[in-house]
Amino acid sequence: MGQKIVAVTGNEAVANALRQVNPDVSAAYPITPATDIMQRFTSFVSNGLVKTEMILVESEHSAMSACIGASAAGGRVMTATASQGLALMWELLFIASGSRLPIVMALVNRALSAPLNIHGDHSDGMGARDCGWIQLWSENAQEAYDNTIQAFRIAEHMDIRLPVMTCMDGFIISHSIERIEYLDDYAVKNFVGEYKQLNPLLDIEHPVSYGPLILPDYYMEFRRAHAEVMSKVPGVVLDVAKDFEKISGRKYGLFETYRLDDAEVGLVILNSAAGTSKDVIDEFRNRGIKAGLLKPRLYRPFPYEEVGEALKHLKAVCVLDRADAFGASYGPLFMDIASSIYHYKNKPILINKIYGLGGRDYLPEHAELVLNELAEIAKTGKVKTFKEYIGVRE
Amino acid sequence: MKLKGWKELTPGAVITEAGSALKFKTGSWRAFRPKWIPENCIQCMFCWIYCPDMAIKVKDGKRAEFDYDYCKGCGICALECPGKKGNKAIVMEEEGK
Ligand code: SF4
Ligand code: SF4
Repeated sequence: MGQKIVAVTGNEAVANALRQVNPDVSAAYPITPATDIMQRFTSFVSNGLVKTEMILVESEHSAMSACIGASAAGGRVMTATASQGLALMWELLFIASGSRLPIVMALVNRALSAPLNIHGDHSDGMGARDCGWIQLWSENAQEAYDNTIQAFRIAEHMDIRLPVMTCMDGFIISHSIERIEYLDDYAVKNFVGEYKQLNPLLDIEHPVSYGPLILPDYYMEFRRAHAEVMSKVPGVVLDVAKDFEKISGRKYGLFETYRLDDAEVGLVILNSAAGTSKDVIDEFRNRGIKAGLLKPRLYRPFPYEEVGEALKHLKAVCVLDRADAFGASYGPLFMDIASSIYHYKNKPILINKIYGLGGRDYLPEHAELVLNELAEIAKTGKVKTFKEYIGVRE
Repeated sequence: MKLKGWKELTPGAVITEAGSALKFKTGSWRAFRPKWIPENCIQCMFCWIYCPDMAIKVKDGKRAEFDYDYCKGCGICALECPGKKGNKAIVMEEEGK
């Protein structure tokens, strides 16, 4: 297998994965905390370590536009962004997915302005969760690296052809040094394989048009077809994960469960905070409290059935959201979890906590507080508050 | 024409057939109708170049009648037409009048 153990930041790991994939085209615009990925990648371009055509543009709107053009032309394309950058790409995100272009984008999750904040928070990714892209979320640098490599295979699968966003927490993961294992260059090259084109604009023998006007007589059929493709994604994600395990020894699913099978109380949490929570769950287990955790990986399309099956036996579950949904009653992850258990007759009591906005630390004592509350709910069946903010000053 | 179901569509609404705009007759959009006045026409072909659709027909290298199946009445040809000595060779008239 020939893996190399290194100490690198999340950004460095993702940049290295992109070097190993060696895409045809990239267009990007710098934004904290994702800048570092493209800064490293552009130096790979300058030093001749990749053959990528690097387009430096004047905004993220242009970055995604150029990616769309390059992808429609028939190239393997990637980019990276965060926060306001993703927000500026908004209309293009739908054009990329609606045109079924397999672009891979690293999203380094960051809070949205105003007030201006550059730190880790999921508001950016959550805002783009329903734009027809696939989203893979990553707990640490290793997962970010592994997800980046797998993203190309998923996006470019002939049954799928959809763009993929790979998410990791800004600063907490993007700028922290961790021990990770790199696959060797040859293994990655082999794994992603040659890029297969579908209706490339540059095939002048077979002229095609992208982006036609689709009126009410056909628009809905295209949306229905998109939903159908989304439904095929989980199967492809699992197949790709199986192949990835063969070259890496690392196992991936649609989501990760931690001590959940016999659990009575559980946490559902995305990305880096899952790591902190697992430690606290071990402590609770030592004290005889049956606690467990579910960490979504494939967040879009959301595997409702599988998640529901994994959670239905619990007595009480807290969904922790690192993004708020103003005006909705609950955080975005909560709403998905609630939908996934909704139709079961016997289901856990569900509560929601909003934590860690704008990079506010999520500490072990926060997980302890929540697990204690869940143990109490499991015992009494009584809930004090269904939605609450934790780690915030009154 | 029988409309296709969602399973029969090309991914991403990509059109894989060249010249398919022929099938899309936009003439029904028209509120104003261009009228050609041949005696003022100097055969400059500006209208043919500027027309965003294919509504200006050419026959034996000469300006011919409008193709109203494709003319959406945008008025660009009338604006660009130099005409003869200040007399336009294309004028726009309200449809149905
Ligand atoms: S009105 Fe517009 S569409 Fe019609 S012939 Fe003139 S330029 Fe073409
Ligand atoms: S632009 Fe006017 S003058 Fe020129 S060819 Fe057309 S109708 Fe004739």
